[in-house]
Amino acid sequence: MSIFIDKKTKLLVQGITGRDGSFHAKQMMEYGTKVVAGVTPGKGGQKFEGSVPVFDTVQDAVAETGANAAVIYVPAKFAADAIFEAADAMIELVVCISEGVPVLDMTRVMPYLAERGTTLIGPNCPGVISPGQSKVGIIPGNICKKGKIGLVSRSGTLTYEVIHQLSTNGFGQSSCVGIGGDPIIGTNFIDCLEAFEQDPDTDAIVMMGEIGGTDEQQAAQFVHENVTKPVIGFIAGQTAPPGRRMGHAGAIISGSSGTAAEKMEALAEAGISVMKRPADVVPLLKERLG
Amino acid sequence: MNLHEYQARALLKDAGVPVPDGDVAETGQEVEAIAKRIGRGVVVKAQVHAGGRGKAGGVKLADTPAEAREAADKILGMQIKGLTVEKVLVAPAAEITSESYVGIIVDRETQRPVFMVSPEGGVDIEEVAAKTPDKIFKLAVDPRFGLMTHEAMGLAFKLYEDVKQVRQAAQVMQQLYNAFIGAGASLAEINPLITDDQGNVVALDAKISVDDNELQRKPEIEALRDESAEAPSEVEARNAGLTFIKLDGDVGCCVNGAGLAMATMDLVKYYGGDPANFLDIGGSSNPEKVVSALRIITSDPNVKCILFNIFGGITRCDDVANGIVTATKQIDIEVPIVIRLTGTNEKEALVILKEAGFSALTDMDEAVEKAVSLAKEAR
Repeated sequence: MSIFIDKKTKLLVQGITGRDGSFHAKQMMEYGTKVVAGVTPGKGGQKFEGSVPVFDTVQDAVAETGANAAVIYVPAKFAADAIFEAADAMIELVVCISEGVPVLDMTRVMPYLAERGTTLIGPNCPGVISPGQSKVGIIPGNICKKGKIGLVSRSGTLTYEVIHQLSTNGFGQSSCVGIGGDPIIGTNFIDCLEAFEQDPDTDAIVMMGEIGGTDEQQAAQFVHENVTKPVIGFIAGQTAPPGRRMGHAGAIISGSSGTAAEKMEALAEAGISVMKRPADVVPLLKERLG
Repeated sequence: MNLHEYQARALLKDAGVPVPDGDVAETGQEVEAIAKRIGRGVVVKAQVHAGGRGKAGGVKLADTPAEAREAADKILGMQIKGLTVEKVLVAPAAEITSESYVGIIVDRETQRPVFMVSPEGGVDIEEVAAKTPDKIFKLAVDPRFGLMTHEAMGLAFKLYEDVKQVRQAAQVMQQLYNAFIGAGASLAEINPLITDDQGNVVALDAKISVDDNELQRKPEIEALRDESAEAPSEVEARNAGLTFIKLDGDVGCCVNGAGLAMATMDLVKYYGGDPANFLDIGGSSNPEKVVSALRIITSDPNVKCILFNIFGGITRCDDVANGIVTATKQIDIEVPIVIRLTGTNEKEALVILKEAGFSALTDMDEAVEKAVSLAKEAR
């Protein structure tokens, strides 16, 4: 088992003929993901890599191929419309990789998705991988290993760093989810913690947070009340100055709120083992799993 | 991106918000001319991206044009929180009978624009929120419909009793909302929103922060950018497509990805060092970006050691290695460089670096520990 995606996921790629879209579509196909369709307006009728049909609209692609998940690689200013289009075609899971989506666009996207029951991961995220089954997004497949650790993270390369630490020390992963570094995102820590708690093939959960907002504090509260599996946590940005946006649009300490210190304290109080540095993940997992 | 007060009030004025007369100036002479034109007592206000301008002496009242010029001469060139004042706003001194607060932010929790109003205006709203939270009223707006009239009226009744003022304030809030959306803002506030001696509701001070992600599609807002108000190294980094924030330490950091960049800074601290900066070279690994990054890091005289931490995904390690080799040929780098790279095309990168006389590590902790100790030796 795994969360969000598995062997049966039928994926559609929005922006499949673009620079990033085509590169990662190939990578996903090589990993074993069932890429059933691509969408680029004006390129309908073509075949991607000689096998994947390309459509002008998501509606057409879904009608023809039965795709049930979409991944978006379009430029940021078109990303909100791409999400709307996928939701209108009743796609269940939409993963938006695009970075730089205006936050006001997201305030319009979220109520629209809620009305249609669409699950969104991202934007500004590396996507999801369920090692050995499927990957949707850009997480490098070669660093992952099949196993029983669930990982959820707000960042990209820091996620890879932790996956690398896990895989090289014998801890494979059930699923790894990058939820994105923007202030408004579709799927949050709690959604992933809940899914990992339900997943019989996940034994322990690693959550990688960062400064800004209060998602980690709420996640800690949720863990305290609802999660029985061991949880290991990290907060990036312990040395970040207040008031500055640290690369990610959502990584900003406002006034005195959203600091790493207050988040680490909230995690610890909820019984989460707190890493001081990424390399602590392995010893803490060993300790918690006995 | 933060706008100056004079820029924010111009946007509000365009949206229909009643804003007092006034103009921006860069010299005492200009200030005197504006004060003369206004023809009554004025206030001269420093235009810098910092709160607490009044306490720092950056806001002065003047009864005559000559006094206004004197005030401007004192304020122009003054330092407020490390920023030099280059412009002042000159506006008529207002007769204030009440001060309220009206603001909108994009709220992460409700995932909507949220209005915040308070009858306690003219002071730091965070302080009001901390001390008397019951005096702050909030409303989440559905962005598909905007701020509806009855919603605006409901908020305005929290501020005023006189229905004429309530209607005026409600209209101001709708206009503020339109300006907020129009600018692609993440925050827009009027503090204080006053009633004057005629009983009219007027916006006395305005603040707007724009979502950087909007700037590409709003060239008219991007044109308001004031590069003189930013650190030169940060301007250079932005133009090179890098995210850079200068800090006070001596270990220069060059990392791919924001989360890893923060974690790298944290690890520098963990091993007893101090990071000189936050720098994210981004997802693509154009060697030119690495050259720009090294140029920016080495321009900081505090830097005693440079640390690369690259986890190759989309970023290819060999591209970064080529960038490092090119940069060291172009720039005279006198401090040691510690390189950690792993992931996509790691082997190719190690060969490139070895041929150029560099050694590289693959473990993050090992690299950071080494960089910290080299920086300490050089102190």
